[in-house]
Parts: sequence; C-alpha cells; structure tokens
Amino acid sequence: MNEQSKVGAAFVSSLREGSAPEGAEALRHVRKPLPHDSGPKHVQGVAQYIDDIREPEGTLHIAIGQAPKARGRLVSLDVSAVRKTPGVVAVLTIADIPGKNDVSPAFGDDPLFVDSEISFRGQAVFAVVATSRDIARRAVKHAVMEIESEAPSVTVEDALARGETVLPDYSYGRGDVDAVVAAAPHRLQGQFRVGGQEHFYLEGQVAFAIPGEDGDIHVYSSTQHPTEVQHVVARVLDIPDAYVTCETRRMGGGFGGKESQATQWAVTAALAARVTGRPCKIRLDRDDDFILTGKRHDFRCDWRVGFDVEGRIQGYGVDLLARCGYSADLSAGVVDRAMFHADNAYWMPAVHVASKRVKTNTVSNTAFRGFGGPQGMLAIEHVMDQIAWATGQDPLDVRYANFYRPGENVTPYGMEVEETDTLLNLVRTLEETSGYRERRKEIAAFNASSPIMKRGLSLTPVKFGISFTLTHMNQAGALVHVYQDGSVHLNHGGTEMGQGLYIKVAQVVAEEFGIAMERVRITATTTAKVPNTSPTAASSGSDLNGMAAKVAAGAIKKRMIAYAAEAYNVPEAQIEFRDDRVFIGNQSIPFDELVKKCILARVPMSEAGHYKTPKITWDRAKGTGRPFFYFAYGAACSEVIVDTLTGENRVLRTDILHDVGRSLNPAIDIGQIEGGFVQGMGWLTTEELVFSKEGHLLTHAPSTYKIPVASDVPSDFRVALYPNTNREETIYRSKAVGEPPIMLANSVFCALADAIHALDPSKPVLLHAPATPEAILRACEALRGRSMG
Amino acid sequence: MARDAIRFWRNGQPIEVSGFHPRTTLLDYLRLQERRVGTKEGCAEGDCGACTVALGRIRDGRVQYEPINACILLLGQVDGAEVVTVEDLAQGSDLHPVQSAMVAHHGSQCGFCTPGIVMSLFTLYHQDAERRLSREHVNDVLAGNLCRCTGYRPIVDAALEACAGAPQDTFAQASETTIRGLTELADEQDLFIGNEARFFAAPASEASLATLYAQHPDATLVAGCTDVGLWITKGMAELDRMIWLGRVAGLDRIEDGTDALTIGATVTHAQAYAGLQNIDPDLGELMRRFGSAQVRASGTVGGNIANGSPIGDLAPALIALDATLELRRGESTRNIPLEDFFIAYRKQDRLPGEFVRSIKVPKLKGHEAFRAYKVSKRFDEDISAVMGAFRFALDGRKIVQARIAFGGMAGIPKRASETEAALIGVSLDEPASWGDAMAAVARDYQPLDDHRASAAYRATVARNLVFKALSETASGATRPTRIVGQRETLAAAE
Repeated sequence: MNEQSKVGAAFVSSLREGSAPEGAEALRHVRKPLPHDSGPKHVQGVAQYIDDIREPEGTLHIAIGQAPKARGRLVSLDVSAVRKTPGVVAVLTIADIPGKNDVSPAFGDDPLFVDSEISFRGQAVFAVVATSRDIARRAVKHAVMEIESEAPSVTVEDALARGETVLPDYSYGRGDVDAVVAAAPHRLQGQFRVGGQEHFYLEGQVAFAIPGEDGDIHVYSSTQHPTEVQHVVARVLDIPDAYVTCETRRMGGGFGGKESQATQWAVTAALAARVTGRPCKIRLDRDDDFILTGKRHDFRCDWRVGFDVEGRIQGYGVDLLARCGYSADLSAGVVDRAMFHADNAYWMPAVHVASKRVKTNTVSNTAFRGFGGPQGMLAIEHVMDQIAWATGQDPLDVRYANFYRPGENVTPYGMEVEETDTLLNLVRTLEETSGYRERRKEIAAFNASSPIMKRGLSLTPVKFGISFTLTHMNQAGALVHVYQDGSVHLNHGGTEMGQGLYIKVAQVVAEEFGIAMERVRITATTTAKVPNTSPTAASSGSDLNGMAAKVAAGAIKKRMIAYAAEAYNVPEAQIEFRDDRVFIGNQSIPFDELVKKCILARVPMSEAGHYKTPKITWDRAKGTGRPFFYFAYGAACSEVIVDTLTGENRVLRTDILHDVGRSLNPAIDIGQIEGGFVQGMGWLTTEELVFSKEGHLLTHAPSTYKIPVASDVPSDFRVALYPNTNREETIYRSKAVGEPPIMLANSVFCALADAIHALDPSKPVLLHAPATPEAILRACEALRGRSMG
Repeated sequence: MARDAIRFWRNGQPIEVSGFHPRTTLLDYLRLQERRVGTKEGCAEGDCGACTVALGRIRDGRVQYEPINACILLLGQVDGAEVVTVEDLAQGSDLHPVQSAMVAHHGSQCGFCTPGIVMSLFTLYHQDAERRLSREHVNDVLAGNLCRCTGYRPIVDAALEACAGAPQDTFAQASETTIRGLTELADEQDLFIGNEARFFAAPASEASLATLYAQHPDATLVAGCTDVGLWITKGMAELDRMIWLGRVAGLDRIEDGTDALTIGATVTHAQAYAGLQNIDPDLGELMRRFGSAQVRASGTVGGNIANGSPIGDLAPALIALDATLELRRGESTRNIPLEDFFIAYRKQDRLPGEFVRSIKVPKLKGHEAFRAYKVSKRFDEDISAVMGAFRFALDGRKIVQARIAFGGMAGIPKRASETEAALIGVSLDEPASWGDAMAAVARDYQPLDDHRASAAYRATVARNLVFKALSETASGATRPTRIVGQRETLAAAE
C-alpha cells in the first residue's frame, strides 16, 4: 500500500469510527457518509448556478456605478453620457426607487444608492442596465460625479479620534476586574490585532429578476437569506411581500458573505426589472465583489489579565474594538458573539468583556463563518500563550489549568457550561494521539541545533456556542409532500451553499419514511413554499431545518399510520416504515401502495413542519441568560516551521479531534471540519486585507489576496470525529458543524508564535494576525532586539 | 491569401469560427455563444482556475493536454488546438474516472470551482504515464485552482486515485482520430480576421509578423495573453488590433547549447521549465512557483520579459545570469543585455514595431555558484514581495565576482551594484566579513510600501537573503535555510 492510499484508508476508517452507532440504532440513511446530493452534477458542470440559468429573450445586464471617494458629499451626478452609450437601456439612480432607499438588514442605514453622503469608496451611486454585461461595465465609466471629499476614517484609531460608532458600546462581566488584576500575583496587559477576511466564495454575488404580472417579481438570488431578500425587495419597490418570490437552489459558497450582503444585488436586479419591464441580471465582477461587499470584522483587542503562579486566571478584562465599516449591518450580533467567545473554554473568576463598534469609511463588515467568535477566541488564546511565556510553563498546561470544571463553570454571561468533561477528555485524547509531549521534546532539540529554521507546536481548544443569539431567529419551517407514486417533495427554509444541508435533511426525511434516498426529491429554497425563514447561518442549518422536516414528515407518517391501523385493524404500535415498505402487523405493503390508499381515503399527504429551539433565553440588557442551546467542542494540534530570515513558514502536521455529537453524515462533517480549518488557517496566515490611507481596498482580487492553495494544507493532516452524543435533543443527537472548525486554526497561529519564541525563550512574542511572513519577521526581529520599522 | 476563420477541434469535429471581436475570450465564447455553461468565471484574471479548460495539441507525436484559464485566453488562441470542457468528459451517465473519484472522495462542496478542478485533473490524468504521482505533484497541478470549501485534501486523494494508471478514457481511445484532425487543421497560412481597423491576426512566419507589425506598430502583441487578458477583463481596454504570436514558425524554438540556453519568444513557461532547471535547481524551483500550471501553459518567457513587469519573478534571475535579448523590427535585429531592457516602471527599450525574438541565458561555469529566492505571502501562485538572485564567481573559497539582481525592490528588476562591489574578495569561510555586503543592499534600493509588503520588510528580507545566499554557498546545503526548494531533491535524484 503506498503512502497515498494509506491516507485514504485512514480517512475511510475514521468515517467508520465516526459513524459507528453506540447503541442498537437501526438507521438506514442517517449517520451514513453519503456524498453531496449535487456531487455528480458538480463534476459534470451541470449543477445550475444563477448565471447558468438560460436567459429569457431580452434579458438585460447591470453594472454598478461606484463612488470614487471614501467620504464626502455627492454634489452632482451626470449620467447623460452613460445613457447615450449604444446598448444602454436604463440608468437607475435614487430617483427611480419607488419605496425606501434602504437595503439594510435591520438598522435602516444601508442605502441602495448614495443620496448625498458618501460613506465608502465603491459605494453604489447608480446602476447601468444594458443589453450585455460588457456594455454595462464599459458604460459605467462615462458618468461624471462631482464630490466634496474629506479625509476618511480608515483605521480603528481614525474612528476613535472622531468618536464615531455604528451602534452603542456594550459590556458585561462579574467582579471588579481591575482590582483583582491589580492584586494578582502576576499581571500582563497588551494590545492584540486580529485581521479581517474576505469570504472569497468562488461564485461571486449574482441575482436575476424576472418581472411577472400585477407587479409580481421573481428573484433568483445567491443568498443565504431568501426571506430577507424578499422583504427588502418589497420594501424598496413599495409592494407587498406577497408579490415577491425569492428562490435559491444553490450558492457557489457563502460563508456568511451572502447572509445580509446578497440583498443589495437582488434588489438592484428587481428594481431594474421593474423599471425596464424585462428580465435583469447582475453578476459582480470579482474586483467589484471585493470592493462592494463586507468582510470579517478586524479587531483591536486591548486586554489585561491577572493570574497566579500556576498561570490560573484570576481576572481578565478585554475591550473588543471592532471595525464595522460605514454601517451597522450585522455588527450587533457579530460583536456580541465575539464577546460570547472571549472566554473560549476558560474559567474567569473576575471578568469584564467590553465592546465598541467603530464606524469607518470602509465597506460595511458582515457575517463570516464564526460571526465574531473567532476574533474573541483568538485573543484569549494569545493571552494563554503570554501567560505561559511569563510563567515558563508549557502553553498546554496553562490551558489545562484554566479549563472550565465542575463548580467553576459559569461563563461571563451567566450561562452554565454543563458539559465540562467533554472538552477536557477531548483535549487529553488529542494530546495523546498527536504525541504532543514527545514532539515538544523533539522540537526543542531541533531548535537548539537550528539557528535559522525554527519549529513550533501548539494545541488549542474550541468551545463554540450554538444558536442565534437573537432568540426569535431560532426557528425553521419545512414543507413535505408525498405523491401518489411514493415520491417525496422536500422543501425547507435552509439554503445550500455547499455545506451539505440538503443531503442531511433529505437523509432525515428518507429515514422517517423508511424509504430510499432516491424517492426524496430535494427542491430549491423559495419563499413561496416556506415563509418567514431565518438565514442559513450560525451553524444552525441542519439543527433547525432537519427538525422542521422531521416534524413535517412525522406528521404525514402519523396520519398514514392512523389510516393503516384503522384499515387493517392493527394497533398503531405494530406499524413500521422501513425498506420502502410499511409493515402492518404480520403483513407488509410497498410504501407507495399505502400512499395511494391514503389518498383514496382522503388523508392529507402534505405538511408544513415548524421547529423552534427550546431552552434558550437571553437578556441583553442584563447581560445574562442562556443564549446557546449547547456548545460544540474541538481541538487541534499543529506543528509549523518558520524561516526566521524571511518569515516564510509552513504547517507540517495538524491533528484534529472534533465533536459533532452523533453525526448525521460523517463525510459531510469531515468536509466541514477540514474545509473550516483550512479557511481559518488562511485567515490567520496569508489572507491580508490592505486599505490605503484614502480608504481604497488594495487587495481586491485573488492576484493580491491569498487564500490557501492545495500545497498550504498540512501534508500530514489527521482528522477524527470525537465520539460523543449531544446531551440536548437535537436532530438525531448531532451537533452543529459549520462554524466551530474555523477556530481549530488558532493552533496554527499559536504554533507560529511558539516557533518565534524559540529565538529567545526569555521574551514574549508579539505576533498579530494575520501572521503573514512580514508579521512573523517583524516579531522575529523584535526578539533579536531589532526593529523592522 | 490569409485565412479568415479560426479552426479548432471539439468533440471529434472541426469547428470554424469567424467574425468575432478580437478581444473575445474563450470563456465568453463558451458561455455566451456555445451556451455551454459548465465552465465558470470566478475571477476573470486567471488566478482562481474556475474557468479551467483543457487544450490539446500535438507534441512529440501525441496529443498533450494542458490546462488553460479560459477567462483570459483569447478565442483566437485556440486555433489549431482541441478544446475540451467539463461537459465533454462523461459519456452519458458514465462519469470520467476523474469525475467519479471526485464524487467518491467528497471532493466537491459548493461545486463552483469543481469544473475547473476536474479539468486540471483531466490534464493530470493524461500526463506522461512515467510520471511519479506524488501529493506534491498533484499540489503543483492544483496550485491554480482555488477551492474555498473543502480544504483540498479530498480533491488530492481523488486525483491520486484516478490518475494512478495509464489513461484509458475516450480521449485516449480517440487519440489517433484527434491527431489526424489536428494535423489537418495545421497549416502555414497567415490568419487574419477582421479589417484594418479591428482585427485578430496570427501570422504564420516571422517575415509576415515583421511586416504586419511594421504596418500596425500600435497593435497589441499577444503571446500567452496571461497579462493582456487582464487589460481586457479588468482594464476594459478597447484593444481593437491584436497580433497573436502563437503561430509564428520558429519563435517557439529552444536551443540548448553548450554555453547557453536560447529561449524563443513564444516558448511557454511550461516548455522552458526543464531547460532552466538544468541550469540550476533554483531556476527550476522558480519556474515551479511561477503562476500556476494554467499560467505556465499559456504564458511565455518572452512575454513576461517584454511586458516589463516591475516584479517579473523571472527577470532578476535572468539578469543575474547575464541574459541577453534579441529584438527584431522589420528586417533589422539587435541584441541587448537584459538588464538594459528595463528603463523605468513599465518602460522598456523597445521601439515601435519592435518585438522580442529570443532570450539567451548563459549557463553557469564550474567556478560559479547561483542562488535564487522568491519571497511571497504564499508559496504557490503568488507574486514575490522580494525576488533575489545571486551569481558568485569563486576562486577557491573567495568571491571574485558577484552579479546580483532583485525584483520588487525598485520600479524595475535591478542590479545591486553596491552589494556586488562589497562582496569582491569576501571569504565564504568568514561570516564576520559579510556585514558590509549585507549593509550595502540598503544603499542599492529604496523599496516601496505596497499591498504585498512594507518597505521595511523588503529591505530586511533583501539583507537577510544576502546572508542566506552566502551561507548556502559556503555550506553547499539548503536544508537548514529553506522551507521549499529542490536543490537536494534533484541532487539526490541524480
């Protein structure tokens, strides 16, 4: 067996382990590593994305006219030359908006088109509608704008100087942190910067609107939030919600970037369709997508900590200063979630978590996988390393010393951590399987004999809260029809962005009816079938929609059982659905036969299911409650090598152990874990967003913004699922998996700092994120007592 | 009489297309004309690979498939080639081995990058059967295909499984027909589509090229189109007159002489790879990291030089080796040292109507040592923040001559003359004596701050690279000083 097939075999065996049922669980589909439902279509290029939909005759194309300055006032806009360009059919400005000039998700501060105030460079001022995309893009350049510009706020410090924020400051905690820190045996404080991140979904923002009769509009949008697109289209066009349908079959990646920020493009297409009466499509060029849509928030974290001689935290205070961009967008929730993860997995007797949402003249930052959690969590991991360097301990031992434990298990926001043993056992297992202690020794020996190349190692934990922190969003709907031939139409409010939600929910429904997967027809998410949905976000997709679909299928099944019990005069308890048949007492009939009988007996074979998450409460004003239904856990151990002359580096090996409860689909879950880790690794290493002093984004394409490529993935990459059962009654006792793995990459960041630390173990390392070669070399030079400017 | 339509091979048939705008890209042709939408646009600048298609051409008597970024390839450039897109692989419901492995290994999530990845793997599937399939090689093949969902591991596993044996797909079975078809398409006629005001031309001989370019000195010369493509998709340049060099007989020649390697203007990076690697393993590593497989398959060494990129990942290395350039205008030719070709930022010593014919790269002599370093944010498919190249002539352990050039440190690739001077007479055995040279780099350059790196970083790295080059030359080993490279690997293979 060659090396490659060993890796493959290890993967397959890890799937088997992960899927092994603990009890006698006779499941046919759930827990099976089924491939993504669209896999065969993806590989043949026949999976349809919005730009692939066959265009009706007369379809028009849209390009956005952008503000050339980051801050100022639009004095005049002359689009006459644009209008005269051959092929241009319409130029849309603020004057064309029938309803409200607002595409914001909540706070009313995101105009579709600039009124007079220009808030960031690239902001939409007008839109050109033309017979081809090429004509529209070229025509944009003919507009003349007169602008009174002023110096923009670009950095956190710029915003602090102006005192501008997008939302009020917020904080909570317990005890008098400053007094506790002052009295502690050891004290440290510092300022730590965490960079932002561009989503770089491979399919850029795209929407296609088709006008119907009576002012109806059908919008195809690459969005994680069809309901919001529907509502905002109605708001801007000044028509009832019921006149708008938003449909999303699949996205070519979302990662949070299409939660609130797909809306503007869908609305633009809808407005163009309304004005021209023709089908209209907008697909942002990649550079425009970078410039016009928000990113992960970058943070400045000002922290202070007091601890005892063993490194146990006595008091921790952190001010999280988030650069929100020009508007609130989702910054309320994003920064709250950063606060909710400021403790990560560690008990803090006295704690104060404060936040400031600063306003800058840059694109409005938005949701990104982890939703602020990663930033808050990285800060405390950085502090753990600082404590280790100050006390001369192994950083892993400092982490152990601070883990939540029975009796010391209440978070800074008053929620009890009920599962303290899960993380401890998980980390202990990983410490063992990764050979952490032996490798620590090997690395020390290597570093002692290698003056230029240094290796580093780190094992970091993840505890991530699952639920929307806005309680009302924790609900979902599904619609299930069973047809006379035994085929099942499945629809729910969740959207498919590659994460495998559709297949997981289909597994649940097929399981419920005891039928083959082939009978379940997965259909596109649409507001016309399931209304008033939450975005597919917060890792909640399968938790919420899986449950809603189970409720719907279960209700139909219950009616079928009731019918069969009566028709066959058999107790309901003796009726069972499996193997595409229904077992009724001592006999069985094919599933579709019972379906036909039910229809003849006038049993309704369609059901809308609804689910709302139990147990959760959150009193934001008091800063206390149980915002999360449960926590997902994981840990990663990474080893890196650093060239201390250039800052170049490489991850040599990563071991991951992650808790998905009892997996619905271990192959999909492994995919989320590996993909999330690599995406997180990119965020913390090569992905750097650079803005000029004038507020121009300088890294606005893959040529300048570097996400990981295949060779960046650790060549030794060992991923396993931690055998666990969700103590809460989730769908088949699984746990959410979308976001938590991002933070497994903290191990890479901390390992890089560990490698730098080897240059001079008597000094602490100041490494900011992202740890680009430049950031690493700067930290190296500082340890050598030189400044790199 | 010039031909006024391009001809290419597609699905076992010859296709003729005429009357298109010269700046039409292959991707727009596929999506908007053919209406085959499996091939995706991810970035429109040749960096993400979602638009990857395969072009088949006859090389060494068989069909060789290379991956191409369709978003920045001109439609005209497929003349004479076989065009294979993702829709062509499956036969009815039977998936291609690469496709079924991708499904079985869970290699797609959102699926948007997948068609491009499948096509890159299709070219891997058809690579030389003697190739040694390794994870590293698959990573190289995939460096130009960004995936944001999977973390690549399942894709690489799929590649290793699907591409393990000899190719047996329908393309392998049809290869004789394809060779016949491609042979029939090949001709020595000039290609001219359009009129004097707007045309796509592809002269078949150097004489035709010289005449046409002399007539239209303002036309845009295109070799691989990996840079000009972006003028179209991003700069929205009009570019009404385009002359593609890809059909000019003779310009694609590589002459491997005893003292020098001469690379014709249209030799692609992929074709130049082996010759440059033979000069020095560091040049091989530089080529391995140059762009991506897609960029190396269409981009040319001559084009990279001629368009005068200030970074020019290759130029500093070639300057350090004292390469010379042969230029032609009308009937006259001239030779100039490569370092003199670069005058200022994006300004070269090239007259109107003049074109690059070839680049002559001297080989290293026995007493010469060479080192080249590309320092970038990401190892693969990135442009250097700093690129440093060093050639030392040695007398025993003493440096008697140094030729050093850096990229990314000035508006052009530029010699480090102060550093070179400070190294004369320096002993490899006395690291304490290297300090003057390391300090001298600061006088040679005033680097810029930009999105790739700060001036301070560039200056520090340049100084450290002088140290690194000297240490490696002194010890002969790179293991303790490098994360990536192929000096030891190649030495071990020999």
